[in-house]
This record gives sequence, structure tokens and C-alpha cells, in this order.
Amino acid sequence: MTEPLIIELSSPGRCAVSLPKLDVPQAAELPDEWLRDDLALPEVSERDLVSHYVRLSQLNYAVDIGFYPLGSCTMKYNPRINEDTARLEGFAASHPLQPAVLTQGSLELLCRLQDALAALTGLEGVSLQPAAGAQGELAGVLMIRAYHQARGDTARKVMLIPDTAHGTNPASTAMAGYEAVEVASDARGNVDLDDLYSKLGPQVAGIMLTNPSTLGLFEERILEVTAAVHAAGALVYGDGANFNALMGKVRPAELGIDIMHFNLHKTFSTPHGGGGPGSGPVAVRSDLAPFLPGPIAVRDENSYVLHMPKHSIGAIKAFYGQFSILVRAYTYIRMLGAEGLRDAAESAVLAANYLQAKLRGTLPLPYERTCMHECVFEGRIKGAEDVRALDISKRMIDYGIHPPTNYFPLIVPEALMVEPTETESLATLDRFVEIVQSIVAEAHSNPALLREAPHNAPVGRLDEVQAARRLILSWHDKG
Amino acid sequence: MAIRFDQKCLYTKSHEWIRVDDEFGYIGVSDYAQSQLSDVVYVEVPEVGDSFSQGEVFGVIESVKAASELNLPVAGEVVEVNLDLEDTPELVNKDPYGDGWLVKIAIEDLGELDFLMDAKAYEALIKRAQKQA
Amino acid sequence: MLSGIGVSSIDELFEVIPEALRDPEIVLPPALSELEVMAELREMADRNANTHTSPCFLGAGAYNHFIPSAVSHIANRSEFVTAYTPYQPEIAQGTLQVIFEYQSMICALTGMEVSNASHYDGATSLAEAILMASNIARGKRTRVLLNGGINPMYLQTVRTYTQGTDLELESSPLLDGDVDALAERIDGQTACVAVQLPDFAGRLFSLEKLADAAHRHGALLIVVQYPIALGMLKPAGAYGADIVVGDGQPLGNALSFGGPYLGYMACRREHVRRLSGRLVGETVDTHGRRGFVLTLSAREQHIRREKATSNICSNQGLNMLVAAMYMAAMGKNGLRQVAELCYHKAHYAASEIAKLPGYRLVYDAPFFNEFIIECPANAEALNKRLYEEYGIIGGYALGSLEARLEHQMLVCVTEMNTADQIERLLAGLKEVVQ
Repeated sequence: MTEPLIIELSSPGRCAVSLPKLDVPQAAELPDEWLRDDLALPEVSERDLVSHYVRLSQLNYAVDIGFYPLGSCTMKYNPRINEDTARLEGFAASHPLQPAVLTQGSLELLCRLQDALAALTGLEGVSLQPAAGAQGELAGVLMIRAYHQARGDTARKVMLIPDTAHGTNPASTAMAGYEAVEVASDARGNVDLDDLYSKLGPQVAGIMLTNPSTLGLFEERILEVTAAVHAAGALVYGDGANFNALMGKVRPAELGIDIMHFNLHKTFSTPHGGGGPGSGPVAVRSDLAPFLPGPIAVRDENSYVLHMPKHSIGAIKAFYGQFSILVRAYTYIRMLGAEGLRDAAESAVLAANYLQAKLRGTLPLPYERTCMHECVFEGRIKGAEDVRALDISKRMIDYGIHPPTNYFPLIVPEALMVEPTETESLATLDRFVEIVQSIVAEAHSNPALLREAPHNAPVGRLDEVQAARRLILSWHDKG
Repeated sequence: MAIRFDQKCLYTKSHEWIRVDDEFGYIGVSDYAQSQLSDVVYVEVPEVGDSFSQGEVFGVIESVKAASELNLPVAGEVVEVNLDLEDTPELVNKDPYGDGWLVKIAIEDLGELDFLMDAKAYEALIKRAQKQA
Repeated sequence: MLSGIGVSSIDELFEVIPEALRDPEIVLPPALSELEVMAELREMADRNANTHTSPCFLGAGAYNHFIPSAVSHIANRSEFVTAYTPYQPEIAQGTLQVIFEYQSMICALTGMEVSNASHYDGATSLAEAILMASNIARGKRTRVLLNGGINPMYLQTVRTYTQGTDLELESSPLLDGDVDALAERIDGQTACVAVQLPDFAGRLFSLEKLADAAHRHGALLIVVQYPIALGMLKPAGAYGADIVVGDGQPLGNALSFGGPYLGYMACRREHVRRLSGRLVGETVDTHGRRGFVLTLSAREQHIRREKATSNICSNQGLNMLVAAMYMAAMGKNGLRQVAELCYHKAHYAASEIAKLPGYRLVYDAPFFNEFIIECPANAEALNKRLYEEYGIIGGYALGSLEARLEHQMLVCVTEMNTADQIERLLAGLKEVVQ
């Protein structure tokens, strides 16, 4: 079933909105050459507008519909209260440039959220400004650069990045003007210490460490890693993408992390929104706080004000962060408290280990260890070698669930990365195990069923090669 | 499908080939490279007049799932680029040693050709790589 | 579950964490019930002024516009809100088609050929546009000329983004709107020149000379535009701009104390492979039916890693959705009407303020819906009394940017400001200085 484009529903003269008449005298018009003569936007009625977008929404799969074990994305359920607090008029309808005396409630909320993130990490300086994890990373790498420069140490040009890292790590590194150098993993999925030691030196500015790693594994010798990096005069950046496993279980500062970003849309249950907005606050140890991006909300004597840190890397976006997302995250933390957050981390790790145990033997497991919040399988089936991980994923769609992450991390061939999160019931986890087992059976009995899947989705497999070769990026491109 | 090797070409470890024509050379990617990339959707080539040293990155080749840098087998100045690839990048898949050529260069130092592999040596390299996988 | 895993306690799963560091005491306020949390947050929200209950004349990068009910309702559908990035296109056609429609409508609005699926906000889309221009010049040109009429927050963001690069930023003084002088500074080393139209002071000017000069020297012209103004103004695309960016918040997104918003970004087709951020393209499925997919991902960080066009790996999905639905709801005539309401109301307010004793308009250039006034007193102090005595959120006091501007205020008028509100502002401005 396909839905027409909104432009195909357009009919001259229609408009979905009624606007007031001008209630002041008209001013002189601008000269004609400044004005546009056409504006090719659709013309639709409110009724057609609403149906069109409701029908489109029905072509989507979403967490609210069912299981969404997309590894490294933490697709947990988003409590509804978050949506209501974010839409309170005093938050949603307040202008960011209102004088501080007219925004005391918002500034207090920002301070309280900063305090909570500091308490969870042991890192005392927090800026809520970065718009997403990737922007938090850029802020973090720029702070590392600013820190070394402030000490007159300008020889450090290299950022070490483990081979399991998200692609954002090297990309952020390059944007900050550093050279990314890869560090290998060992057979247990940890950073290979020998390789690390051989690459450390006075040219190294820092390391970007994801812990638990993208393999879902806790770095077993993390204290040795961070000590070695510090001994070389470099800083440790903690990629907080996988913090859901560790909330309340350990403070990253005590593992030797100097700077870390959060993905509030993963760990703190703000909605993913079909790809955003995210929110990527950064936390740093106290001596790095002067470098934080800002402005930042701070407590003055008896009120809250906005403040630019002394040696700030600057503003990394306009205003103070993805505010309504910050309201949602604060709401979540307030609902759960410290114990609740720890419970969430424990349940997430329990669920992932349960799936890993139940599917052991069904799919190859490249790392035979207790996992954290996610587990990585190889999507290879013995005796059905021409079935690929992608085929297994697409077949899951027919069973009414969202597939796991495919082909990441890059070091696992045919990776299938499963992150159940803490919000799913045991019945849902068991159903997932049954689905994987049925698909593996089908791979033997009728592999075409997998290779041609999905069969029950709104559309079949889409031709990505044609899309990239004959670019049609808007309805104007169709001639 | 079996991987093909053009006997008239010299090869690099990064899977580019060069076919020498007097002081000029046509450059492309090997049949093995195109098969690994799968459906090529875009090739970024330099401008005529740009010069590169041996092994320097002169362009990028993209499929839907991967992107790979192109290294120049020997130093030279670009004298012609294959404009057909703009609209039909699939030529790289269909005819990697022929219509799917990428650029033509004026070779700076013919001596650098000595560092490249002939078809036989390159075939041996690919066979070893396939065995390991 | 524990026995299924083969452990006797949850603690066993965490043994990998050094024991001395495990389960630290975390001091957070105790958990509350939903009812209590709602009450606490409501109390905090109520300590803010807001634009629904107080007339607001603030703009300066965030704008108070009407949000149609239909837009909020459809954008808040669970299926949109709780989906992830559409990496499995077969079950994400809703999100993908909306992005395609958004890209199409941004192209129509800006007069450009290609739009991405959005960046974080207007400030970051300008920063990304400058990095893009540097990439297009293959790093061979390092000069970046920035007009002083660009929103100062955007300029700060550009400085933050480029501090690790070898780009040389040259910005003219704050509020310096002389584009002819800017045009003369363009040379063969210039990667791009960026201007904002209407500029931070609300002023309008012609882009023709600047576009000519940029293209004569092989530099790119980047223009920051307020999308509502494009309901009536000729778009930068029509003047030959190469990249057009701006904040899409005014297109139906709530003010929300500064975010989340969206940065729109559009360019000429020849530059599509240097455009950062997500792109959606049309294709067909195995049965030949129309469908949409993320495309050109080989430019992006998950494939290109350190060679990617940017590190961005999200878009402002929900805000983009709202912007698309808003553009569709307003359509061709509605957006023009909104723009005209803004224009006429602002001009009425400006002309009446100029008549007040002690007040004057600082610039006599044509403007859209924002203008700077010189007040007979410190603008910040004046704003305080405007709120306390008249319940009005006044314009942006420019003294926070530069002390010499402490008497100046940037006033914004939109379709939300009724004639009554404007009269109240006039009365307030007049009386608080008497």
C-alpha cells in the first residue's frame, strides 16, 4: 500500500489553517523585485492533511507498537508523563531570550539535571548544551584540545580510537583537527593492551573509549587502560552511548574517565522521534569545567543565571540545549530516583544475558562472556550459508518485531546486535527467542522465504542501488 | 563468478590497475575490487590537470554500503577523466578493465611501474586473500 | 531468568566491575509518584513567564508563531514519536516519506535544488555549511567571510566548530550590514561568504552584487534565511546562493526555551555529495511500487568514519516532521498570509514607536518583521518595568551583546501580536520613561 505525496493531494485555493485579518493599518509594500512570485507549496484542506499524515504514521513501526531490540540504540519504552511535562505551557511557550528573572523555573530544572548527571558519573562539571551524542563528542574532543593548548602542550595530534567504536568517534576527531588512530581489540573483545601501549606517546591527546563497548562488553582491564593513558599525559573520553548498563552501578569518573557524553534519548528514555532530536550533554572532571561549552545555568546567591565558563570552547549551538528533551530526561530521573535507575541498569543487563543464554547454539556467539546491556551474534547459519544477517533481519519484520542492528560493530562478520532494554517483559523476550529459532529453521527448509523477506510489510525490499544512482531527492526532481 | 585478470595491466595492492600506452596510462579498479564493492553508485574523480604522487588518493568509489579511496598506481598528471561514469557508474561493475576505466594520466616516471604487480602476481595475491577469508 | 543464564544473582552479572567501585552511593532526590512529579514540574514551569499568557516582542533567532492544532496532533502520533532512524525502510515508510516531502518543500521555499533532512539548529547548519564550502574547495581555500549582520550566536557556533581547522574566519563588526564592502573583500582564497537575510537587525538588502562577486572569484555564497519571511520574499536561491540554511523553528515548532529546533540546509545539486546530514531518495520495491530510502550514506560517518562529510548521525526528526506538516498545512497561501501579517504589524509598530518621545528607529533600511529601536533609557531596565507593570515580554536588549548598545532593543512583531498588544507596548514604552 502506498500513500500519495502531499503535493499529489493539492488543489488550488485550499488551506488547512484559518488566519486572522490584519487589525492594523497596512504599510507600504516592498518593491516588487524583492517579492517572490511563486511559492510551490501544497494546498490541502485540514481534513486531507490529517488523514495523509495519520496514514503515513501507520506505515511506521515504533516502540509503542512492540519489541524493538535495536542494538546500541536503547529503544526503551518512553513514559508518557515525559511528554506532558515537556509540554507544560511555562516550558513549551517560553522564549529563550526572556530575562533570567522570567525563566527561573527552567534554569532551576537545568541545574537539577546537571546535578543528577554529575551524581551518576562522579564528573562534576556538566554542560547540557550539545544537541546529540555526536555533538557531545565534538565538544569533548574540542575540550581535550583546549586543555592541552592551555598547558602549552601543542604537540598532541592523535586521538586513539578502538576498532569497535561508533563511526562518530573518528568523524568527530577529524572535525576537531586530530588524526584518528585505531587500536585493536583482543580475543575477549577488550582493548588490546599491547597495541595500546605501542601507540601511546607524547603525540597522543586522548582516547575515545566506549564502555561497555559496542560489543556489549565491559572493558575488563579498564583501570589499566585509563592509567596508561593518563601516564602518557593524555585524557580519556568516555562515549556514554551505552551508559544504560552502568547507571548507578559504577561512576565513570572512578574508572578513570575524564570527559563523557550522555545520550539522553537512549539512557534517559526521551523519544527517538524517527531519528531525533537527541540530546548529548557532556560531563567533565572539575578541573576541565572551565572548558565546557555554554552558556550553562548556575545558582547565583539566591537565583539562577546563565553563565559562560571562563575558558569555554564556545557555544556549540544556539541557546542552552535541546530543552524540552532535557525536561523529559529530568522527569524520568525524578520518577525513578537513584534506586530506580540502578534497577533499570540491572534489568537491562539481565534481559540481554537471558537472550544471549537462550540463543546460544542457535546463532554463533563471537565473544563467550557475560555481556552487559546488549549481545552480539553472528547472523550465519550452519548449513544455510547463503542466508545473510540481513535476510534474518528482514524476516523478523514478518513476525511483527523490529530487527536488531545489522553489520555493526564492523569487527564481527554479519553482526546482529541485540539490545532488549529493561522495559520488556519475560514473555516478550521468550517470544523473541522463538522467532529467531523459527527463522533459523526456515533458513534450512525454505531459504528463499528469508531472502525475499519481508512479505508482510507495507513495501517489499527497496532498491537502494537505484536510489543512489538516479537521485530523486524531492518531487521537483521527477520532472 | 570467477574473478578476471587483464594480462595487459599492472596492479597495486589496493586493487587499482594501470594499462600503459607510451607515456600515458589508463587507470581503473580490478574485477576483484568491483566485486567486493558490489553495485557501484558513484565515482569521484579529480579534475584534468590535477597531479598526484605514487600511491596518493585521487578519488573515491562508492557503493550503497561502502566507500573506498582510490590510490594512483604511479605519479602523474590527469589528462582525461571518464565522463561516462557520471551517469553510468555501473560501467565499473560491467567492464572494469574496459569502459569502466577511471582516469588517464601522463606518467611522470616510468620507473615507478617496476613497483607494481603483473597480472600473475596480482592473481596470486587475490587467491591468498580468498583462502584466508 | 537467572537460572536460564546460569547465575545465582544479578550481582554475578556485574562482577567484571572492580568490586570497590561497584554500587556506589548515588545521591539523588528520592523517587516520586507520577502525580507528585507532575506537580513539581508544573510548579517549576509556572515560575517562568510564557508567550501564551504574556504578549511577547522577542525574536532574535527564535520566533513566536501560531501552531495549528492539526499539526501538533498528527506530529505527536506514537508511530512517529517512538520510532528510530529509518534504517529498516520497509517498516519506516511513514518517516521516510515525510522526510522526502520535507526536503521537497524546503526546496520550494528556498528556491534551491536539494535539501537534507535537517541539522540541529540554524547555528549548526551555518557551521556545517561553512565546513561544506571548505570541502567543496578541497581545502585549497581557507578564507571565510562572515557578515556582521549574522546572528551573533550563530557566529559563536561557527567559531566553535572551526577551531580545530585551518579556516580563517573574518567577520565584520556586529550589526555591520555593509554587503558591498563585504563583496570587495572576496578573493581567490575565499572559500565562502556568508550573510543573513533578513539580517539580525531585521534589515533587507539585495544579494545581487554579493552573488556576482562570490561567483566571479569561485567562492560560494551562503545565506541564512528566516523561513517565514520566505512566505513573501524572493528566496536566496533566486539570487544564485549556493547553500541556504536557517532555523526551521518558526515553522510550527514550540519556542521551548531554545530547543529542540531544526536547522534546514539546502544547496545546489552539483554539491549534493558534500552536503552533510541525512538524505532520503525515492526508489521502487521488489514489486515496482514507489518507496523511500536513506541514500548517499557512503558520505556519512558510519561508513566514511574520519573521512565523512560531518559527524552528524541524527536529524531533528520530530522538529522536521512538525516543519513539514506546518508547511503543508499553511501551504502556498497560508504562509504568504502569515508573512504579510508579520510585515504589516511590524511596520505599524515601528512607525508608532518612532513617534514616541525619546525613541527612534536605528536603521532606515527596509525590514521584514524585526527592527532595532533606540530607547531613552537602558533597554534591560525598561524591559523589567514593561513586564512588571504591563505584563509584556519586551524586545531583545542588545546591551548583553555590547555595552555600547545598552539603549537599543531588537523588537519582533509576528501574527501573534494583536493590535491591542501593540497598543499596550506603545503605552508601556511611553509611560515607563516618563
